[in-house]
Amino acid sequence: MSAVAHGAGAPAAPAGPDTATRGKFLPYLLLLPGALWLLIFFVVPLAQLFTVSLQSQFPGYPGYYYRDVNFRNYLDAFTEFAPHFGRSLLFAGLATFFAFALSYPLAYAMAFKAGRWRSLMMICIIAPFFTSFILRTIAWRQILADEGPVAKVLNTLHLLPGGHITETWMAVVAGLTYNFLPFMVLPIYASLERVDPRVLEAGGDLYANGFTTFRTVTLPMSMPGVLAGTLLTFIPAAGDYVNAELLGSDRSTKMVGNVIESQFFKVPGGYPTAAALSFTLMALILALVFVYVRRFGTDELV
Amino acid sequence: MAGFREAQGDLRIESVTKAFADFKAVDDLTLTVPRGSFFALLGPSGCGKTTTLRMVAGLEQPTSGRIFIGNTDLTGSRPYERPVNTVFQSYALFPHLTIRDNVAFGPKRRGAKDAARLADEALELVQLPHLAGRKPTQLSGGQQQRVAVARALVNRPEVLLLDEPLGALDLKLRRQMQVELKRIQTEVGLTFIHVTHDQEEAMTMADTVAVMNHGRIEQMGAPARLYDLPATAFVANFVGQSNLGVGTISGTDGDFLVAEVGGSKVKIPKARSQVQQGHVMFGVRPEKVRIHRDRPTGVGSDMQATVRDVSFTGVATQYLVTVASGATWSVYEQNLDVEPIDLHPGDQVWMSWDPGHAFGVPSDGAEVPDGPVLADVSIGDVPLQDAP
Repeated sequence: MSAVAHGAGAPAAPAGPDTATRGKFLPYLLLLPGALWLLIFFVVPLAQLFTVSLQSQFPGYPGYYYRDVNFRNYLDAFTEFAPHFGRSLLFAGLATFFAFALSYPLAYAMAFKAGRWRSLMMICIIAPFFTSFILRTIAWRQILADEGPVAKVLNTLHLLPGGHITETWMAVVAGLTYNFLPFMVLPIYASLERVDPRVLEAGGDLYANGFTTFRTVTLPMSMPGVLAGTLLTFIPAAGDYVNAELLGSDRSTKMVGNVIESQFFKVPGGYPTAAALSFTLMALILALVFVYVRRFGTDELV
Repeated sequence: MAGFREAQGDLRIESVTKAFADFKAVDDLTLTVPRGSFFALLGPSGCGKTTTLRMVAGLEQPTSGRIFIGNTDLTGSRPYERPVNTVFQSYALFPHLTIRDNVAFGPKRRGAKDAARLADEALELVQLPHLAGRKPTQLSGGQQQRVAVARALVNRPEVLLLDEPLGALDLKLRRQMQVELKRIQTEVGLTFIHVTHDQEEAMTMADTVAVMNHGRIEQMGAPARLYDLPATAFVANFVGQSNLGVGTISGTDGDFLVAEVGGSKVKIPKARSQVQQGHVMFGVRPEKVRIHRDRPTGVGSDMQATVRDVSFTGVATQYLVTVASGATWSVYEQNLDVEPIDLHPGDQVWMSWDPGHAFGVPSDGAEVPDGPVLADVSIGDVPLQDAP
């Protein structure tokens, strides 16, 4: 309160006639900080990144560039790193699928069957966020290690062709699935939780058995949550590089994220390639999401 | 459809009990609802009427007892195996489906090839064919309610269950829907079981009303019969209002019992009293009582009282009076006279009534409040309130 008392120079609020004008501009005023933030830290860097993606190498001076409109960068980046793009989309797709397969029953149980355990389950889902996800991802190396419980059991059962889980695509997909699970569970739970149990009873009353009620009522009603969850999982997973870095191998499991990272920070003169890769990835994801939402989208996306 | 139980005939509930933990929601209920009748289950909230309905629907299973339609035992079968459909209190329409798809849901599940046509016919019946392409959220409460009725009716169930379907509607719409539902029931001739806490709704619509309290049926019969001759103090106050007083039967006078109630002698026809000796609860309906300035002569029963409150409602005037025992009685006087009776709070008056209208119910365990009880703040009831 003392701060107010000391604010001697504070101008008196304008009275009377200004209120109408102020009311009209108030929403824009409230938008201003966020808009500025986006402009300075998103739009400007994006434009900058785009110009970088078109630069050409200065002949004879590795690591030096000049401003140019060189679309070859895109072609080179895409042809050279096509397998990485493929892996990114494939791993992200697999992780989204597994996360969905794990999340839906979990969200369903929480919404309809958990009773007084619901809050505890919610805490269990959110609690891991209190630890760094890097640490949690590293912990997966222990879990999946050759001497770890999972690999040992699978090896004993002769179910593991290569003998390893770490350094393979399985570890990367497992890590991605694990890391993005909450982003799948929470939206699905939110949409299931809003389903009126009476509506499900109405399904039973109208000659639909349990499975039919699920197929014709519960699942369609939870589609907005499924859509949001798959997007929240797929998009960041496709751009992820931490899981491939920490759980994958040096060669066969690298994703686009890893390439971008190394082009930016490890390969001298990789800047235009890295920028072109970033834009290509963004365009790919946008196109996929657009098709997906057009196909499965509902009126509301929450 | 596998497991579906075709059944025809009366609905029979036999010694059904439903207990939740140590609370008996429905207590040894036996009931027969004749095929094609409009039956109302009336009672306050928590009396077990909705639980009874849900057991008939199959949404709850009885703890003990059996439920039949005709000779088919439905006990233990799942909701989707029963020829019974429900109109839910909150309508429970499928929000992701159009109105037509909502109504066609049942026929589709039963493999009807012309589900869409059946749905359109049902929507015709509730006069909403023009809204078939909309989503439920785009409809008003009254329209949603009618869709819910159509969605249940389209299946031509043997028994249609209505769980307080008019509760969420405003007064005018509720009146309209009461008439509408009655029309539909007459038209399709199905058994309707209507659960409500609104005595007026139950009486206007149903052929038979069962009054439930504490998981048991207190009394069952035609509305007029229930109103004219309640069998318990609870019914006397829940179905309409009654002026009640506990007394002791002191003798007989021809076909009448004579009872001492609050210092006055009142007469009850022997045939209209559930008890013939000892303690009795005497009752008479407010509109059967006349009010006078001077003691009337040559009428059946009378009693002195003090006016507490006068409310003029146009058609009638309602008086609240205090009788000698201290209890409050209510009197409806139709405004028939050219010269109005000019009464004010504090005036000494006489009340009289034809003893043939009096009734006697058991007094033990009766929940008798001090004065007339408001059945429910329902439509059409003359507002009855103490003057501030």
